[in-house]
Amino acid sequence: MSLAPTAVELRMMPDPMLPHRAVVEDVQPEAYGISTFSLVFMDTAQAATYHFLPGQFNMIYLPGFGEVAISISSNPATPQVMGHTIRYAGSVTRAIGRLKVGDTIGLRGPYGSAWPMEKAVGKNVVIVTGGIGLAPLRPALFSILRHREDFGRVVLLYGARTPADLLYTGEFERWQSGGIEVHTTVDLADENWHGQVGVVPALFYRIRVDPKQTVVMTCGPEIMMRFVIYEALARRIPKESIFLSMERNMKCAIGFCGHCQFGPTFICKEGPVLNFAAIEPFFGKEDF
Amino acid sequence: MAQDLPRISANVVLPKPSLQKVFDNLRAAGFGLIGPTLRDGAVVLDEISGIEDLPVGWTAEQEPARYRLKQTQSQDYFAYGVTPQSWKKFLFQPRINLFSIEKTDGKWQFKPANETIPLRAFIGVRACELSAIAVQDRVFLSGEFRDPHYARQRERIFILAAHCGRAFSTCFCNSMKTGPKATEGFDLALTELPDTFVMEVGSEMGSEMLRNTSWERASAFDLGRAAQALQKAERSIERQLRTEDLPKLLYENLEHSRWDEVGARCLSCGNCTSVCPTCFCVTVEDTCNLNLTTADRTRLWDSCFVREFSHVHGGNIRPTIRARYRQWLTHKLASWIDQFGTSGCVGCGRCITWCPVGIDLTEEVKAIREKVQR
Repeated sequence: MSLAPTAVELRMMPDPMLPHRAVVEDVQPEAYGISTFSLVFMDTAQAATYHFLPGQFNMIYLPGFGEVAISISSNPATPQVMGHTIRYAGSVTRAIGRLKVGDTIGLRGPYGSAWPMEKAVGKNVVIVTGGIGLAPLRPALFSILRHREDFGRVVLLYGARTPADLLYTGEFERWQSGGIEVHTTVDLADENWHGQVGVVPALFYRIRVDPKQTVVMTCGPEIMMRFVIYEALARRIPKESIFLSMERNMKCAIGFCGHCQFGPTFICKEGPVLNFAAIEPFFGKEDF
Repeated sequence: MAQDLPRISANVVLPKPSLQKVFDNLRAAGFGLIGPTLRDGAVVLDEISGIEDLPVGWTAEQEPARYRLKQTQSQDYFAYGVTPQSWKKFLFQPRINLFSIEKTDGKWQFKPANETIPLRAFIGVRACELSAIAVQDRVFLSGEFRDPHYARQRERIFILAAHCGRAFSTCFCNSMKTGPKATEGFDLALTELPDTFVMEVGSEMGSEMLRNTSWERASAFDLGRAAQALQKAERSIERQLRTEDLPKLLYENLEHSRWDEVGARCLSCGNCTSVCPTCFCVTVEDTCNLNLTTADRTRLWDSCFVREFSHVHGGNIRPTIRARYRQWLTHKLASWIDQFGTSGCVGCGRCITWCPVGIDLTEEVKAIREKVQR
């Protein structure tokens, strides 16, 4: 059997499920129940060789609780410090929420596909996100800001439930002065909100884009992404220019556990960032 | 007594009692024997010590949701069809320790599991099961990541394949082109005749295990009898699964009303995924001491029929049994091909035999094929 590894390979074969140790270097509260955890590998050699692409994710492991797939939300130009913006949603993320600076955890990655930054060069970029869906696109924003002249118009359409749920608001000014248009909306306003109220896809009406020269990147609840795609297609943006980041239950991140399958796609390997044209036959199918 | 050994792909005849000598050779070479043996009203795969442990004369009636042992007058060793469990449980174990964790000075330490892996000889592997092992080789060894636990087990086995003398009602290996003849992936492959074994040598190791066993070159007559036995087995296959355009058929009928119908019958028990020789889904769990200073990380078989399987924050992707059955069948017969270049089904029929309500995937495909709804 040609697939069988040799005896030497077997001894050398690392266990891809074995995490590396990392330390919590910083915890930054972002919104109610959401914080950004900056993690650093304890092994300096590991830290020195690690790099990631915008859109990729890490597996964060807390012994006794379990492991979760979390997008990397920090600057890919400084991969030694890996930011993870985490919402306390389940038992593992709630336990992560109790971690303090200096605590150790397990970390492995990066995994998955990346946003098509190269394909977007010379084009307009429309980034459409809802809630914590902005986290996996923040590295893309960092990359765009670093090489701003490589891109045409860059627009961020971003919405959250309430003004208090908007993430990274402290950075909006820097993004805008760096040449990124930021449009925000909320489902439920408070007395200090003077912006738009309504769903994220409706922000499309704020902008005009040349469909042939535009790349759309979207991440958020699947129902939101369906309508984002609907709006993009209505503006004749080709399916091939629409990219979305999907989420599924994941236990391994390396295509072995089977949990993240979406038709023929393993979200952990071919995803999380997928081209809409490739998954269209399955996208939006009930309970699929 | 020096005796030449047969070359690879040579066919030899071996008197039935001499199989014990092959077993002795295997044990002398350090292999533990795993083979079919009677227990709990079934033929199970477990450690055996000699040919006396084989289920001589026993066969099993297999029908949808039915498996019954039956004793016959024959003295055949390998007449029992496929066993309830497959060889999967040895290569891709139901439960393994991935690593252990210990907290020292407030810092976690991750320690890889210390696996000791015995040399094992699989006795009586069917052609469909050889294909299933080849399918799992692709799943675990051919991608960007490789599973070291599977790889280490896989490296240390010897395979003595045994052809089926007849098909059982749930078999459909010829539809999946996996049998009844074993074509590759074995060290030795035997065809059982009433009076003797005809054995094909598949590897140097296989040849070596025939040392001092009173084997003889197979005559044209013996080869003809062996070929006839295989033809007879193939002719006895009743069930069929038409595989042409199967991925397209299923992908284009994801909203077919048949899914509602089968979803109403399916109990979502996961028996099919447990007995399937290729299903590979797993989950992980931690067991820790009370003050959380040590923990063990365990990987165990999971099933896409488990409700929590697809759970994400905010809900469940496949809350209905209809959705879960559709996931299983489309993965097995369609998306598996996209993912691994081979069907996930080898036609062993276990999922049909062991489904408590007798759901038959060949019937489900037929129902969709006969009434395509777009």
